[in-house]
Parts: sequence; structure tokens; C-alpha cells
Amino acid sequence: MAQPLDRLKESPSQTAGPYVHIGLTPNFCGIEGVYAEDLGASMVNDRTRGERITVHARIFDGTGTPLRDALVEIWQADAEGLYNSPTEMRGTSDPNFTGWGRKATDMESGECVFDTVKPGRVPFKDGRRMAPHITFWIVARGINIGLHTRMYFPEEEKANAEDPILTRIEHKARVSTLIAERADDGTYVFDIHLQGEKETVFFDI
Amino acid sequence: MGAERLPNHKLETGAFFQRDRAWHAPALTPGYKTSVLRSPQKALLSLDNSLSEINGPVFGHHVLGELDNDLIHNFARAGESAVGPRIVVYGRVLDERGKGVSGALLEFWQANAGGRYRHKKEGYLAALDPNFGGCGRTITDEEGNYAFRTIKPGPYPWPNGVNDWRPAHIHFSVFGHGFAQRLITQMYFEGDPLIWRCPIVNTIPDKAAVETLIATLDMQATIPMDACAYKFDIVLRGRRSSLFENRLEGN
Ligand SMILES: [Fe+2]
Repeated sequence: MAQPLDRLKESPSQTAGPYVHIGLTPNFCGIEGVYAEDLGASMVNDRTRGERITVHARIFDGTGTPLRDALVEIWQADAEGLYNSPTEMRGTSDPNFTGWGRKATDMESGECVFDTVKPGRVPFKDGRRMAPHITFWIVARGINIGLHTRMYFPEEEKANAEDPILTRIEHKARVSTLIAERADDGTYVFDIHLQGEKETVFFDI
Repeated sequence: MGAERLPNHKLETGAFFQRDRAWHAPALTPGYKTSVLRSPQKALLSLDNSLSEINGPVFGHHVLGELDNDLIHNFARAGESAVGPRIVVYGRVLDERGKGVSGALLEFWQANAGGRYRHKKEGYLAALDPNFGGCGRTITDEEGNYAFRTIKPGPYPWPNGVNDWRPAHIHFSVFGHGFAQRLITQMYFEGDPLIWRCPIVNTIPDKAAVETLIATLDMQATIPMDACAYKFDIVLRGRRSSLFENRLEGN
């Protein structure tokens, strides 16, 4: 016998279930007066630096039906590529940008909308720069462990082509599942597919 | 958020231990029917953390209101309180190395004592409690300790099989220090015979893993003539030391 490592095991994940709104977006589901506002409802204010963008996200199940009971969190760098996080060692991020947003998908349309800024580029471990991206984390009834993926930007063709994560995807046809579309009004549309031909690339990260 | 310093020790900035996917429930668990059409079918792309996952939002105590950790009173009318067995839930948030996780935001939600949620999609015939909302939150102290007060939720039936019941449970959402640690799980109560009959519990393949989600009655922490206490520790992914790892200057 060798010495034991004495590590603990991570608490196993369980589904967020259909009533996730009660805990994470109570005002959204009509429980008012407990919290002044739902956490993560706004990411920006009047003084936030950078290009303002709007992202419309939807999540589709294996029949192509949008999830109307999902909860989506996004996490991203500020316009300069810095994270609003105590472990950000490269500098001080924009104090008027939280970098983190949380929305429930609409109970009718299945859409959720984030008003944010376009993130700057963040270095990868080896010094290459990652293309601008937004991390997505999705939980819902029927999802046993939160799904982690990224949204990239369609106008960043050159940066996307050299991104250390996108270039790791073996089946090049699937790279496009991580790239948003730009609508005529300039907003971004990011459709996430849980299954099927267009299944989004999800990360074990 | 980030402008707040974490109250603990030296800041650690290493990547997190790889998640043990065999310990967690797989995505596709046919006994829990909703997972069938909501489970990715292709292999996940396995990657070491980048700065996007090593960093994460951290929340300061200023986000908390005075009654956020008191579900008995945070939705109740003045002078009234929620119906049900009064309990205290306490424990620590640790990482896989056994280190306490300071400044961790915990959010919780639950049904009332009759097993009824305050939600428009909820159809169970058990009565609503006008004094119970069902949500609360708190932030761990420097050693990773937390506590809150609530009523013990009731079990409830749900449409899966014709006679499936959820054991009494409290849902937990946890933020550690990095977004890679983000976790949602559920806490069960020691001795509940419904635990091992539940299709959602049984999505977890290993009995030992399920047992880590069962809170223990703690008579030493129980407040006499007031509230029973349950101890529930939560473990988040551990962090690698960044010693000997090649990093760019300034990163
Ligand atoms: Fe529940």
C-alpha cells in the first residue's frame, strides 16, 4: 500500500429541475420582495467601456423544440480582454462591467437576451490569443450536469481560424455550431442544439 | 464582484482538477425521461482550463439582504412565519483537496412543507403557504462555513412514471472561485425512504456518490425547543498548484 492521497470527491451534480427560477431568478417567476433584483440581470451600466452588443440565445431539444424552462449563465472578459474576477492577475478589469449574466429562457418563446459588450481577446496558456468568445453554461430540467460551451463571433474569421479551442475540434463541420449569426439589426443570434445533426460542441473543461 | 478581494489566504490561480465524469450522472438517463431529448449524444470536447474557466465571478456580502438566509421569514408577512418543521442547514464548502472555499455564493430553493412550489408551472394539489417563498442565499465565511434557516420541505409526486415521488430535498447552486467550479445539486435528508426510489437520484451511478448528497441530523447543532439541524457539506473541484507549470511572464 502506498500513502493515500486524501482527496475528496466533487459533490455529484443533480438537475436544476423545472423550478430553478425560484432559486436563481425569483423576480422573473413572480416571487417579489425577497431580492431587490435577480442576480446577473444586468451586466453593463452607462459607463461600461467597449462595443455594446445584444445576444439572443435559444436552446433546442432533440425534436427541435426550444427549451422554455432553461437557465443560462454567460461569463466573459471585458472589452480589453480582462475578467472581473479576483484571480485576474493581468490587470484590473472595467469596474462597470460584471462579465457575468444570468437569464431564464422565456416561458413562451424560449429565448433569452443578454445586453453586454464585445469581449476582447484573452491569452491561451501558450501565449497564443484566443478569439473573442463568451462562455455559456446551461442548466434545465432533464439536464443532469450543467452544459458548458462557448459562443464565438462571425465577423472574427481570422481570429477564429487560429483559436486554440476551435482548432482542437476534430470534425471541422461542427466548428460552426459555436459561431453566432449576426441578424440584420446587428444583434447576435446563438442557437444551441442539445442533439441531432446540428448538435452544439459541449466542453468537458 | 471582482473588485472585492477574497477574504482568504493567498490567491490561487491554477487550473481545476479534471471532472470525474463517471462519478456524476451521465447525460442520458432513460429512467429520468426528460433527459432523453435533452442529453447531448456526441462526445464532449475535453480541455484543460484556460483563463476563461480559471477565473469566475465572485460575489461580495453586499449583495445579501438581512433575511436572505432565513426562508422562514424572508417571504412572510410581518410577525408571521412559514409553516413546517423548523430546521437549520449548515455545513462547509470544500474543494477536493479538503480546503474550505471562502466567499462562495450559495443559492437554494425548495418546496414548502406540503411539497408545493411557488411557481406557475407547478400543478400539485398541496396547498401554497402564503408565508413561504422558497428561495434563499448566503456566502461562505473564511473557512468555507455557511448556515441558513428554513422549514423542512415535503416530498412531492411528479410526472415521470405514474407514481414517482421526489424525496424531500433542497436545491443548491454554488459558485466557487472559478467558473469551472460552477455546480448545481440537491440535498436530501437522512432516513428518507423515498431517496433510493427516486429516478433523479438514481441517475447517479454510484451509491457512495448519492450518499454524499444526504444531510445528517446533528443533535449537537440542534437548537433546543426551536429547530433541528442538518449538516450538509459540499465539495467543489480542487485546484492544481501552478508550481512548475510553464506560464507566460505576466500571466
Ligand atoms: Fe425540486
